[in-house]
Amino acid sequence: MRIPILKLHNYLLISIQIDLDDQTAIQFQEDLLSKIHESGASGVVIDLTSVDIIDSFIAKVLGDVVTMSDLMGAKVVLTGIQPAVAMTLIDLGIHLQDVPTALDLEQGLIKLRQELEE
Amino acid sequence: MDFQSCVNIKKEWDIVGARQLGRDIARKIGFGTVDQARIATAISELARNIYLYAGTGKICFETIEEMEQKGIMILALDNGPGIKELSLVMEDGYSTSGGLGAGLPGVKRLMDEFDIHSEEGKGTEIKVIKWLR
Repeated sequence: MRIPILKLHNYLLISIQIDLDDQTAIQFQEDLLSKIHESGASGVVIDLTSVDIIDSFIAKVLGDVVTMSDLMGAKVVLTGIQPAVAMTLIDLGIHLQDVPTALDLEQGLIKLRQELEE
Repeated sequence: MDFQSCVNIKKEWDIVGARQLGRDIARKIGFGTVDQARIATAISELARNIYLYAGTGKICFETIEEMEQKGIMILALDNGPGIKELSLVMEDGYSTSGGLGAGLPGVKRLMDEFDIHSEEGKGTEIKVIKWLR
């Protein structure tokens, strides 16, 4: 299964709407980095509104993809993390401290613009 | 004990299958969305441990109804190599697989009761319970 990555001006937008298995998550990591490389995008929003579970593996993949994109020169913002998911992550001991987040897609785009000073 | 339903863990996709079934059972028992997420996440961690460290095993579910309490019991069973240093795997951040090391200590925090038995060369059995409040 592949997660679609949409391009909007110099941003990439992703809405994850499936129950992520490990393979799909790893595939997504690769796809996103290639897409950043191909498109020269400067910012990425990954919307997690429809994701109702993030376990330690998925959290690691998401945290890693933020760091990897950053290494390539693109800023990533995670948006729409559900209350239940946020509570579960803290129970797991996962704080995703260096990961930029925003309430929803709209706020995410505003945050990207601020981070990129555009 | 006679379990209501079990999911065999053999391939990676079974991790998703197990947590989806567990979530459905939790919803039917009456757990709210936050506890459903906690239960599904705990199952995901347990199932992944089986897949990563033992190769195969199973996750079983049981609804518990005691006098004044209702809850879900989840049992994770495998015949893998067992865990050599139980106290180490219960420490946050300890991992031999390059993961976050959040798995078992995380499961313990997500659930209300946590019980682990492991014998080197024989396998591991983890029993967890979440009570409906």
